[in-house]
Amino acid sequence: MSAVLATQVLVISERSVRRTFRQPAAIIPAIIFPIMLLFVSAGGLQAAEDLPGFPSVSYFDFALAVTFMQGAIFATGGAGTDLATDIETGFLSRLSLTPMSGAALVLGQLGGAISLGVFQATCYLAAGFIGGATIASGVAGVVVIYLLVILMAVGFGAIGIAAALRSGNGEAVQGLFPLLFVLLFLSTINLPLDLIPITWFRWVATGNPITYLVDAVRSLIITGWDGPAILAGFLVAFAIAVLGIIGSAAALRGRLQRT
Amino acid sequence: MSDFLHWLTAVQGIAVRQSSSFFKNPALVLPSLLFPMLFFAAFAGGLSDLNRIPGFDYTPGYTTFQYVFVLFQSSMFGGIFIGFAVARDFENGFARRLMIATPRRSAIMCGYGLAALVRSAVTIIFVTIVALVAGINVLGSPGQIVLLYVLALTSNILGSLWALGIAFRFQTLSVTPLMQIPFFILLFLAPVYVPIELLSGWIRHVADVNPVTFLLEGGRALMAGTTGPIVTAWLVVLIGGIVLGIWSLTGLRAAEKR
Amino acid sequence: MGAIEVRGLVREFKKGPRAVDNIDLTVAEGEIYGFLGPNGAGKSTTVLMLTTLLPPTAGTATVAGFDIVKQGPQVRASIGAALQEAALDRFLTGREHIKLQGSLHGMKGADLRQRGNDLLERVGLTDAADRKVGGYSGGMKRRLDLALALLHRPRVLFLDEPTTGLDPQSRSALWDEVARLSREDGVTVFLTTQYLEEADALANRVGIIDHGTIVVEGTPDELKAEVGRSSVEIEPHDAARLADLERALAPFGEPMVTRGTRASIRLNEGVGDVAAIVRALDAQGIVVHQLRLREPTLDDVFLEKTGRSLEGSGDNDEDETPSA
Repeated sequence: MSAVLATQVLVISERSVRRTFRQPAAIIPAIIFPIMLLFVSAGGLQAAEDLPGFPSVSYFDFALAVTFMQGAIFATGGAGTDLATDIETGFLSRLSLTPMSGAALVLGQLGGAISLGVFQATCYLAAGFIGGATIASGVAGVVVIYLLVILMAVGFGAIGIAAALRSGNGEAVQGLFPLLFVLLFLSTINLPLDLIPITWFRWVATGNPITYLVDAVRSLIITGWDGPAILAGFLVAFAIAVLGIIGSAAALRGRLQRT
Repeated sequence: MSDFLHWLTAVQGIAVRQSSSFFKNPALVLPSLLFPMLFFAAFAGGLSDLNRIPGFDYTPGYTTFQYVFVLFQSSMFGGIFIGFAVARDFENGFARRLMIATPRRSAIMCGYGLAALVRSAVTIIFVTIVALVAGINVLGSPGQIVLLYVLALTSNILGSLWALGIAFRFQTLSVTPLMQIPFFILLFLAPVYVPIELLSGWIRHVADVNPVTFLLEGGRALMAGTTGPIVTAWLVVLIGGIVLGIWSLTGLRAAEKR
Repeated sequence: MGAIEVRGLVREFKKGPRAVDNIDLTVAEGEIYGFLGPNGAGKSTTVLMLTTLLPPTAGTATVAGFDIVKQGPQVRASIGAALQEAALDRFLTGREHIKLQGSLHGMKGADLRQRGNDLLERVGLTDAADRKVGGYSGGMKRRLDLALALLHRPRVLFLDEPTTGLDPQSRSALWDEVARLSREDGVTVFLTTQYLEEADALANRVGIIDHGTIVVEGTPDELKAEVGRSSVEIEPHDAARLADLERALAPFGEPMVTRGTRASIRLNEGVGDVAAIVRALDAQGIVVHQLRLREPTLDDVFLEKTGRSLEGSGDNDEDETPSA
């Protein structure tokens, strides 16, 4: 990265972070909601621990991984909605009149998404520890969870950015939300894959990328070092990131028509 | 009498306008149908192994168990979503015009409430068709099933009254989370996934006093043709109706004074 | 060579007519050029093309000597722009805006700080610099927008309807600043506006655009002189006698486009005719409700060239800002 690009990415990230953290109304739900659902589903589904074949851990530990996924979905909304606002207000035109490169715009916005993702993950982990969770893979595992969270923030953030650049409309970006929640619900968030008896559901969950992301984080929390699960999670997160960035780059060309 | 007729015309006018603007907008209709379906698919499909938990004794099976939850969830939220429409009407000034044009303003409340009922009825029919295809077992007598649906529609009124009370007081769309979150919390602090006997710890204590618990458990009993807190469920909607009715009416009074 | 040279510039959008249809114009170094026209006339589309944010469909233009199509980055480095609706981030402070935009322009350290402070001082925002923009008034936002446009010391400044929506005080403060930029710093200003008095007060030269084409161009005085003589506008007490009134006025000058219940003529001889007109109307028993004598204004120029009045004439047109 050249020095000029690095500066540009830095100042755009800085602004994105400032803006994110100055909108408590936007980030508090992204923190509170997943934690609330964690405690509620851990309470309501605790009985699942008695299912034959359920991992021998508390349901709370099992469910903790889901918060990170919900956090990633909020990252999509945040990065995308903010950029869509910039397009609607004309702020993007203001930036376009400077020598800012398109890459700096996308990377800078992602910087904001990553910061929010890391902050969220810290809150979720803290909630997990307060709720009595233990991380089977230890401190190194926590580091790996953070790496995966960052990669997910990049991937889901880039999807939000691509949607914003393509549509130029905050409502359209928000429209992605339900879609991602459908994907979340049709994955292994509530039970492990082999405890899902309904065939069509198991098929959907097997093909659903979210399953692998949840399972990777979950394995680090409840199993320890499950190589294949971790690898699968990172591969899926990487693939989403690559697709998201390609999508953003393509959408950027359509949006920034400057000569 | 003519006063009452006038009132009825106003109720009908508001309900018809509200319903037609709702059903003509796919962006509103689709989520209202798809979200209950999503819950149904995710819970009935993804969690059906829970009926293997020792102590799970709901005879009609897990799909039916979850159908009753989705029935009440979609019905209540159908009511709550009408609060969104009212808030929007306040934001764009339409509600103000209504308040000027309608002599008995309770007609406004009833008109919006009626629209919410119509909307929820459509969702319920849709969910029920899907549930029948998915294979629910109806073991209750016809009378019990009628009671079940009346109970569900009554809980729709509770949702409407709550959300209308908020919409009348704040008159802006930015308070929509306040309409949803309390009901959302109540719903999920009830026995959603397993019968109450299988809950333990803090959530059991909460569920024991959560009014929604009685609705769900009562509704499930009606569906299964067994005994359950059916009378308590009716008490819940009765008392809830009175309390939330006052909440909503005082909200309307507050809106009139603004 | 002018600071801005435009030749045969065209912009078409997929649906709809040509937003900008073959315009030519030249703006000299240090000049303030007023681009006047109703909503939807093509003003903003022209500015977007000249600021390189929108590629033209056909034609060429140079800004500060650089081709807007082939030398986009050089053009952007030489220009500052305050586009419509002062696009600012309400969660950032004024100073943070300066820092963000300055850094993107490659400015840094003491130079950026000093320049930022100078500009904030100049637009009167020093005290508000560390407050979030969300709490600024409309006039403060426009002033910050102007400071940001000037940050990297551009030679050409584009102001797209800079005073739309401002109260009269804020408007005249902004006019003073723009005039000073041109006078003292030699900055070339390309200014679009829907307000005649704005163009009249500020611009050295004015181009009037309507339906994507420039209908007339010149200094405000030249244009007014072209429309020429004074005119008189009379409203009869009894609207039914409008036709009689028009007939009675005919000998005194050529009729102008009229509005509603009034008749206007451009006087053959000037103000001296008025007494004769009053006598003539009296003789025919036409009671005058209102009589107004008018010196030519830019509005007359607009009316003359387009057949419509500028004020409020574009209300039903579509928003001209393209959503590409």
